[in-house]
Amino acid sequence: MPVAEILSPPSPPARASASERLSHLRLLEAESIHILREVASEFERPVMLYSIGKDSSVMLRLAQKAFSPAPIPFPLLHVDTGFKFAEMISFRDAMARSVGAELLVWRNETAIAAGTNPIALDTKRCCGLLKTQALLDALRHYNFDAAFGGARRDEEKSRAKERIYSFRDSAGQWDPKNQRPELWNLYNARVHPGESIRVFPLSNWTEMDVWQYIHEENIPVVDLYFAKERPMYVRGDALLPIEQAFVARLGEQPQMVKSRLRSLGCSPCTGAIRSEAETIPAIIAELLSFRSSERANRVIDHDQEGSMEIKKREGYF
Amino acid sequence: MATIAAQPFSVGEFLADEREKDLLRFSTAGSVDDGKSTLIGRLLYDTQSVYEDQVRSIEGKGTTAPGQIDFALLTDGLRAEREQGITIDVAYRYFSTPRRKFIIADTPGHEQYTRNMATGASTADAAVVLIDASKGVLIQSRRHAYIASLLRVRHVLVAVNKMDLIGYDEAAFRAIELDFTSVLNQIAADTGSPVEVRFVPVSALAGDNIVHRSDAMPWYMGSSLLELLESLPSALETRSAPFRFPVQRVLRPDHTFRGFAGQVASGTVRPGDKITVLPSGRSAQIARIVTFDGDLNEAIAPQSVTLVLDRELDISRGDLIVSTQAQATVARRIQAALVWMDARPLARNRRYLFKHTSQTVPAFVSSLEHRTNIGTLAHEAAETLEMNGIGVVNIDLLRPIALDLYGENRSTGAFILIDAESNSTVAAGMITAASSPAASTSGPVTAEERAARWGHRGGVLELTGPVELIDRIERSLFVRGAITSRIEVDAEFGISSSTIEHLIRSKILSGMVVLIVYLVAGETLTAQADGEQITLNASEPVAAIAAVNELLARSGILLSSGNADWEI
Repeated sequence: MPVAEILSPPSPPARASASERLSHLRLLEAESIHILREVASEFERPVMLYSIGKDSSVMLRLAQKAFSPAPIPFPLLHVDTGFKFAEMISFRDAMARSVGAELLVWRNETAIAAGTNPIALDTKRCCGLLKTQALLDALRHYNFDAAFGGARRDEEKSRAKERIYSFRDSAGQWDPKNQRPELWNLYNARVHPGESIRVFPLSNWTEMDVWQYIHEENIPVVDLYFAKERPMYVRGDALLPIEQAFVARLGEQPQMVKSRLRSLGCSPCTGAIRSEAETIPAIIAELLSFRSSERANRVIDHDQEGSMEIKKREGYF
Repeated sequence: MATIAAQPFSVGEFLADEREKDLLRFSTAGSVDDGKSTLIGRLLYDTQSVYEDQVRSIEGKGTTAPGQIDFALLTDGLRAEREQGITIDVAYRYFSTPRRKFIIADTPGHEQYTRNMATGASTADAAVVLIDASKGVLIQSRRHAYIASLLRVRHVLVAVNKMDLIGYDEAAFRAIELDFTSVLNQIAADTGSPVEVRFVPVSALAGDNIVHRSDAMPWYMGSSLLELLESLPSALETRSAPFRFPVQRVLRPDHTFRGFAGQVASGTVRPGDKITVLPSGRSAQIARIVTFDGDLNEAIAPQSVTLVLDRELDISRGDLIVSTQAQATVARRIQAALVWMDARPLARNRRYLFKHTSQTVPAFVSSLEHRTNIGTLAHEAAETLEMNGIGVVNIDLLRPIALDLYGENRSTGAFILIDAESNSTVAAGMITAASSPAASTSGPVTAEERAARWGHRGGVLELTGPVELIDRIERSLFVRGAITSRIEVDAEFGISSSTIEHLIRSKILSGMVVLIVYLVAGETLTAQADGEQITLNASEPVAAIAAVNELLARSGILLSSGNADWEI
């Protein structure tokens, strides 16, 4: 959806009455809104990590719903690695304006100035500096005691064991063997100074739920999700966006390929897929035919066995 | 990579069907060998809920025969689990059939993971209990069934697994059915919460009766496990229950709007309904049900909405809005079943935070009725509960709260206990009885009444140090309303008289903070309470006063610390 339409979103369909039975999307929505309100009420300084992707877009809409007619009572934080697609950045700024939320942007400028990139370093160290380190620095700088993230449990095996309130020690680290029990919808928000909680309001959503909700609610998402002719470096099955010059191998020429992104990350590490899906229903239809998970095209998850768990222990979302 | 499938497929029809789907949450529990992970892996795999790259990442690994997929590896997510071949935490799984979406809370079965089982059961509509057909009913199956019943999971599906190992023998299956039915009856008698049970003979490894009915057991006329899961009613009994709405937050964007944000815990609400706010007891009518998508003419559990009332009432987070016709109980003393979850055992008279709906109240466990032995269902006398212990206790709350019994309402009858010092979640609780002793206006004044009025309990604080600092410490307690009694003792002789000791004990029983003071000039102050001693720099009086106040809070004497983070 073009940015211009974000600024005047179509009015949502009126829902006069609850039906006899709530659908799974309405149940998930109600649970997420409950979580957002609990955090806003129990923490001193919450923040919402806004990554511009489809999950963040859903989370942002849920935050609007949770506090309407009042404004969203916490800022949005984008950790910018400097390698995000240009379309993502313009979408981010327009979106923050349209919902009237305060937007904070944090970059690890020291590492960026030193020329950190996933080819000069390996992807693990690059992520460590530009994402994990930057995130921890930002949380410390603003003294946030709770940070919302859009991660879902169905994304990856170690995420399946993540709590909705995920306790982090004063170094921002996750200890999977020592998690607080989480019963009913009663969340333990108590932290000592320096400790914090990562909160995942979309824990129980699946990728399919997210797309269906975006469709039902007319939620704007970045155009990169929709198929279009785009210049790509083609390497076997892999399609690499030409966004950053250093990605190109010697003499490599981009080709125009009808393609789209299934998840939005940093351009050097996010492969595109060949696709004809130009609308959300087409994306949903495509999803049904997929036999690979959405993170299959993320280089960072496959560095080593259990690599997501290791990153999370170190403080990654 | 895939493109859109060429077969005739209408995404519009698909989306319309999806909109009608509801959600069922169920828990599973099982031990290393009883095939639980295999069963879940099979459910996910056979409903096409696993992607090829996830299957590829585990193919050829694990303990099954070459060429076979070890389904357990699909579900055991943490490195420690993969390395040790065990499941150590609750994991949540998602799958979907054309009829329904499912969330599985997948929990380990060993005794040391009772707390994880309770966690999984707390949100479940149904429980799948596994029994290894080759071994019969073992303690872990009993434990899981007990927890399911205690946490009021209505539907229990008993999957009698590994039927392939016993030649799909009907007689063996019927014997297990008979045996476990009697176990379930005993459990229901103990918890007061009967379950609806179905038995299914399955082989998770071979796929018999998991998704599809099996030809291997023609004697079984019932449905497959998945068919049963698809047809169970999901837990929306709450729709017809009395209306309950814990206030999470007051929304006041400007002076024209004042709404109460929350999630309908049970029942139904419409504009015009008469409601009462608890614990204050004031009444009003619902004027509007506000949402981002427009006003509603009805909201049902568990929708998240914002209520606007027809008149101005003083309402804040933690209050419970209820139907005036069917009100909740306001109580300060409750009896509850507890599942203990912390390595540090339950301590009577230790300060815990009682978290219930959207409020947190300081609380003490005053006594234990009994501990339950899950193996025998015997009620044993006990002084404490250790990790994974289950028992019935009496709890005193420092403020009255509005509640229901857990047997009547799974939302307003549930609570957790948080250790005020470590911040750990130490117990899950289910309210079984409630009363309001503080309302009494006759009889002896109780310790709880004194504590509620003064904000502290009886105790001793020993201080050794310079007089100026000790005076300031006493003043800091006086300022916050503490009732202190100061006894200056000659450091050389100490407290030698049994009369003085008796006097001190009497003052403690009367709820006072007894200051036993040893005046010693110098740069240090030592303070001692509840066996903990701290030494402080007397030249930094502000820090020292704060540290002594924190010591008193840690010891459970002061019921809120200096920089009070809750109100009594």
